[in-house]
Amino acid sequence: MLFGLNNDPKVIPSPFIGQAAPNFELPRLYKKDQTISVKEMKGKVWVLNLWASWCASCQAEHRVLTHFINQEKVPTVGLNYKDYGTEDYGDAALTWLERLGNPYYAVAVDTKGMAGIDWGVVGVPETFVIDKKGIVRHKFTGPVYQKAVDNELIPLIKQLREEEG
Amino acid sequence: MKRLFISLTVLFLLAFNSVHAVKIEFHDFKDKQQERLYLQLIAELRCVKCQNQNLAESNAELATDMREKAYAMVVEGKSRQDVVKYMTDRYGDFVLYKPPFKSNTYLLWIGPVLLLVLSLFILVRRIRSPEDKTLETLNENQRESVRDLLK
Amino acid sequence: MIPEIGHFALILALSVSLLQGVFPLIGSLTGKSHWVALAKPAAKGQLFFMLISFACLLYAFITNDFSVKYVASNSNTQMPTIYRVSALWGAHEGSLLLWALILATWGGAVAFFSKGIPPIMLARVLSVMGLIGVGFTLFLLQTSNPFERLINIPLEGRQLNPLLQDFGLAIHPPMLYMGYVGLSVAFSFAVAAMIGGKLDAAWARWARPWTNIAWVFLTLGITLGSWWAYYELGWGGWWFWDPVENASLMPWIVATALIHSLAVTEKRASFKAWSVLLAIFAFSLSLLGTFLVRSGVLTSVHSFASDPERGLFILIFLLAVIGSSLTLFAFRAHKLRSSGTFSVISRETGLMANNVILVVMTATVLLGTLYPLIIDAFGSGKISVGPPYFNFVMVPLSVALYLVMGVGFFLRWKKDDGTRLIKKLWMPLAASLVIAVVLPLLFISESSIHAGIGLFSGSWVALAALMWVVSLGRSPFKLPLSSWGSVIAHIGMAMTVIGITLVSLYDSEKDVRLESGQSYTLADYKFTFDGIKNYKGANYKATQATMTITQNDKIVTVVHPEKRDYGRDAMPMTEAGIDAGFTRDLFVALGEPLGSNAWSFRIYHKPFVRWIWLGGVLMGLGGLLAALDKRYRRVRKIVLDPVTEKSNKVRQGKNQGSTQQGAGA
Repeated sequence: MLFGLNNDPKVIPSPFIGQAAPNFELPRLYKKDQTISVKEMKGKVWVLNLWASWCASCQAEHRVLTHFINQEKVPTVGLNYKDYGTEDYGDAALTWLERLGNPYYAVAVDTKGMAGIDWGVVGVPETFVIDKKGIVRHKFTGPVYQKAVDNELIPLIKQLREEEG
Repeated sequence: MKRLFISLTVLFLLAFNSVHAVKIEFHDFKDKQQERLYLQLIAELRCVKCQNQNLAESNAELATDMREKAYAMVVEGKSRQDVVKYMTDRYGDFVLYKPPFKSNTYLLWIGPVLLLVLSLFILVRRIRSPEDKTLETLNENQRESVRDLLK
Repeated sequence: MIPEIGHFALILALSVSLLQGVFPLIGSLTGKSHWVALAKPAAKGQLFFMLISFACLLYAFITNDFSVKYVASNSNTQMPTIYRVSALWGAHEGSLLLWALILATWGGAVAFFSKGIPPIMLARVLSVMGLIGVGFTLFLLQTSNPFERLINIPLEGRQLNPLLQDFGLAIHPPMLYMGYVGLSVAFSFAVAAMIGGKLDAAWARWARPWTNIAWVFLTLGITLGSWWAYYELGWGGWWFWDPVENASLMPWIVATALIHSLAVTEKRASFKAWSVLLAIFAFSLSLLGTFLVRSGVLTSVHSFASDPERGLFILIFLLAVIGSSLTLFAFRAHKLRSSGTFSVISRETGLMANNVILVVMTATVLLGTLYPLIIDAFGSGKISVGPPYFNFVMVPLSVALYLVMGVGFFLRWKKDDGTRLIKKLWMPLAASLVIAVVLPLLFISESSIHAGIGLFSGSWVALAALMWVVSLGRSPFKLPLSSWGSVIAHIGMAMTVIGITLVSLYDSEKDVRLESGQSYTLADYKFTFDGIKNYKGANYKATQATMTITQNDKIVTVVHPEKRDYGRDAMPMTEAGIDAGFTRDLFVALGEPLGSNAWSFRIYHKPFVRWIWLGGVLMGLGGLLAALDKRYRRVRKIVLDPVTEKSNKVRQGKNQGSTQQGAGA
């Protein structure tokens, strides 16, 4: 019971940790004739960040995330979830990135949200860390904040970079 | 600052509470069996971001997408196991309202019937050999009083 | 000003409860009769102050006093007055105030209506209730003060969740709380009896009517909740095994066992330990339910509050209540041995099996409800336990229960004979088998074994009950109310199980797209969409559809499903169009506009769904009749003089009827 009081019953752990990252091949936001796929990221330690222009928390994490990406030079694919191309939001994603800055290596457009489901999305933002072999090693639910970046993400990236590809 | 982010996290988790209006969708199926499989699946799968609702009842966007995925798989001909595996691979056992029969749920599934059988067994044994077996016989005076009391 | 008076009255109520809890109890143990005499006035005082406190909050709601934070969060000027009243118990703080008021009311009732109970016993009962009152008023004042003020007074309050703006849901909590809190009376009697050391039939006799009435309220409260969910939520469901639903069911099941066990303790001075323990657990489960709803420990659509501090308080209180009562039980264990034996085939055995099955059912629901929490605590991941699990495990348990229920009517006390029973029961048995097998074959295209089992269970109990009335030989009008109550309540149980069986197996639904004038046929009924219109309600805007339902070209009815928009901070609501019937419900929910004059609809055919709630109502009626039996209203003058007790009893003999030892059946 006491445990229950301190526990958050809604945060579910990702069963993906330790499993191969689900593949997708999606159109890119900025290079419309090209696609971005999980497979092509093999050999790199990279981050997948699910975001959307309608998501307030995504805006809140953006600065911390950008700083992290630039500082560690981590290629980060932004998965634009149910945003660009939808009836409700049109191309709001473009304006959003223009305003806040685009830290992403590439932005994958997941209009219908099926790639998100493939990754077990519950809400946005969500951030995954994938190793050189294409295995998901960490999932961060909710907006990233500096302390999490310092204590969880940076050490993990460093560790994964030392591993073999 | 951290508190701000935590409250935003909470907000984000709560952002998609289901609407209480019914979400009506139209699906075509090959046959009644397929339709039944789909309906059964969406009743047994949990909307992972709702406050305890299954996919059938929830109006949340994520629930709608999960229903889409389930529907797509069912009409492709996938079996119940396939859909369940797909969902649990991504959301864990949490997404199933019918907990799988695994080592950590043996107690859950077997417990009730075991408890019933055990307790009925103990019950019958206790009745067959009760503790206070000796019934005192009353002497004449006591019999008189009892008769008076019972009048 | 008024809210401050309310707050102050609450503090006074706390002080009085403290007095009530401490002095009469100590007085009863040390022979200070003037302390013992404090019990009744203290209980009445507590009621008085709680009424004032509640009235003050009510005043704040009715007058739209948004300087009170709780009022501003749950009510606004556009809401009809009746919902401003029910908004009082729509959220955590106010509902807790209602809980405390109802506790004070039961205490006051016990103080007023207990002429037959010896003062010392009564004092102890009221003391225990006082101590419980202390717990709740303290909880209110410390963590959940409904009278907190806002510094910046808003001009308008927030919208009350439209779901709660409904009559059925408005009275559902008060009914439930009357039940939960009523179980504290049985608990208090049990504890008082344990303190006094006299654990014979008397305490059971005194506790019975109170327990029955609490059970009636709980039954009606649960029935209301289920019925409400069905017509309001729009998806035709009526029970989801949600943790909060389970939290109301568990005390109900234990209370059911308790009312049967108390009957045995009163009539046979047996089942002493059972009755005490069941009384303790019934109330403990009520408290546990309170904990679950308000602590955020379990995810539920019903959750009131998600506050660990509050959760901790209730948890500690719960542990204190259970811990102290069980310790007392251990102390008095030797007095709780029932003398007298009974054979394997006897009414006692039947009722004990009844107790066992009901307790196992409760344990099962508890296990399923808490399991995700346990698994998580052990780091074994997160799982969900939902309807597929509960429906699966509860069915065999229910079947066992219904089997015993039917036989139970005919079992004789102490020793019965198998052949006699068979002679009495073969007719209901045969008839039930016929119903179970033949009816599905005749009326249902796809019968299943489940249908047969459900129909058998229900008919078996109903027919056995009726057979019992017939076999009694007397004119039914000469039967005591308690016999009637029993028969009606068990027939209610039969109706409910039949309703559940048939609607779960044979309901049908379809989502359709209809243009004006188009129709769809489901289960022999033709649903024609006539048209749509908009209108404005008191605090909402509505879009209403008209649908004509015909069967074999004869008009059955016209329904008006609608959608309501309650404005800025509320979610849109559907009000289903329902044609209620004894043998089936037709249910239409309005969906979305689909362009070119078309709308989506969900249509349901729900056979026998009303039987579920009618059964519940019958159960409530039965319980009420039993509680009103005149044997509880006869005031007995029993002189408790320990020295000459025996001689007094003999002298009083004929004039007094039954004595302190429950004699006879």
